[in-house]
Amino acid sequence: MKRLLRHPMAVVGGLLLLAVVTASVAAPLLASSDPIKPSFSKRLQPPRVLGGTSASVLGTDNLGRDIFARLLYGGRVSLALAASAVVLAGTVGVVVGLASGVLGGRLDDVVMRVADVQLAFPVIMLAIAIVSVVGTSPAALVSVLALSGWVLYARTVRAAVLTIRQLDYVEAARTLGASDLRVVVLHILPNTLAPILVIGSSQFATMVLLESGLSFLGMGVQPPQPSWGAMLAEGRDYLSNAWWLATVPGMAISLVVLGANLLGDGLRDLLDPRLRE
Amino acid sequence: MRAYLLRRLWQSALTLVGVSLFVFVILRVIPGDPAKMLLPEGAPESAVQELNRALGLKEPLWVQYGIFLRSVARGDFGQSFQYRAPALRVVVERAPATIELALCAMLLTVLFGVSIGILAAVRRGTGYDYAGTVLAVLGQSLPNFWLGIMLILLFGVSLRWLPTSGFQGWQYLILPSITLAAFPTALVARLTRSSLLEILGQEYIRTGRAKGLGERAVILRHALRNATIPLLTLLGLQIGTLLGGAVITESIFAWPGMGKLVVDAIFFRDFPVVQTVLILSATIFVAINLLVDLLYTVLDPRIRYG
Repeated sequence: MKRLLRHPMAVVGGLLLLAVVTASVAAPLLASSDPIKPSFSKRLQPPRVLGGTSASVLGTDNLGRDIFARLLYGGRVSLALAASAVVLAGTVGVVVGLASGVLGGRLDDVVMRVADVQLAFPVIMLAIAIVSVVGTSPAALVSVLALSGWVLYARTVRAAVLTIRQLDYVEAARTLGASDLRVVVLHILPNTLAPILVIGSSQFATMVLLESGLSFLGMGVQPPQPSWGAMLAEGRDYLSNAWWLATVPGMAISLVVLGANLLGDGLRDLLDPRLRE
Repeated sequence: MRAYLLRRLWQSALTLVGVSLFVFVILRVIPGDPAKMLLPEGAPESAVQELNRALGLKEPLWVQYGIFLRSVARGDFGQSFQYRAPALRVVVERAPATIELALCAMLLTVLFGVSIGILAAVRRGTGYDYAGTVLAVLGQSLPNFWLGIMLILLFGVSLRWLPTSGFQGWQYLILPSITLAAFPTALVARLTRSSLLEILGQEYIRTGRAKGLGERAVILRHALRNATIPLLTLLGLQIGTLLGGAVITESIFAWPGMGKLVVDAIFFRDFPVVQTVLILSATIFVAINLLVDLLYTVLDPRIRYG
């Protein structure tokens, strides 16, 4: 922890993330208005700093819904989807990478070719194509996001396994009669955790971007459910008379992504000096 | 060298077969009857059955995949439901706009990314370095759809300096290119900085300086040249980012390219067009990265594969 504090940027990133996550989790406590119910008498009110009322601090949207409430509730959805996707991608990637590195042979060949195929598609294009087929349920969205992310873990873990399994202590464990599974779980996996954590943190940023990109295109979380990307897309039509509609959710996305990127960079410096710039 | 060439060609071919298999599988799990989409509404059931048979959809899956591969190899990607024209033609007509946008973004990426990276590395620890780092972190964190909209707000709506939608001249290229280039520029700047810092600490740089070379020659001729390989690798991989980013950028700026086409096609459930764009962009990506690998041997005489 002390070492982490020596990386001020990582701390700033972590705090940023923590603040947004806490605010989203505490949405029902912080926002008194309904994020979904329209209120046409209050359409397009400006934020308080621009002369609006204190009832809606960040103003209201084209249907009179409180932007602050929608931002917090939308954050819940975006962050939960992105976090689940990172966990799923990480789990699948680590298992596949371990299997590929330890077992080698044909399995390894197949996995690496599948990874190549996966990487050949532009992520967002693949995502919208799949979403158009499987739909926009939360489970489908998480799977699509995770599909774009597993390769990074698999390749990293595989490479780590290939290095680690040659080391003396693994050889020693084997000589003492440890089974393959025991060697992998107790001796190899713990030594791949640092890069996994680093990838996970940076990937959270990518996932938030991808999720909001999908909702921006209308292929993510469906209205009236609030989501940052969709709020941005709705705000696009009001740029000339209510520019805050598109500005506010974009700032929220940027803050989260910035936080996760800074945290990821800091963790990399801290945990994996070899990857340091 | 030849063995390496053959192995890379074989790998690329294998990847493309995987790409086609993947696209084929996605398209086969789509609910709905392709024949019904092609025929006018209210067509008799017998006509639907007949067309299904003619399209080979009654055959076992592996036979269908064979038919699919053979037609793709012939350049026949099926008929676009939306445009009632061959899907490949529809896509190829839109390709130049996307390529123009991607090239312009790539140019900005190299120009600004490399310059910022050099400046940050050479003036390490100064204000330039910090400014460069902040710019790079921002470039990586701002979602391109938001950046695009903010650029429209500033330069289109408020200042009225630049057009914000369509494609009728070079000034229409400015805002979309900046939007598309921001993310890869940040990556290139960071990589240039870190590679240069590593190289500048090496002996031959000290030798160069000791024999009286000017700083400009040391950086541009000796250090930067050795940073080209990681840079080229990164740029090759960014082709995917550019093609994918084009989907969002083109939608924002109503740019008439493949990215906007694929988004529209998905809303119309025009799957032949979707499959064509997917296969085409994957092929471009694989081809360019193969080229990058081959360029290594030209750029770095030390690399002579197998």
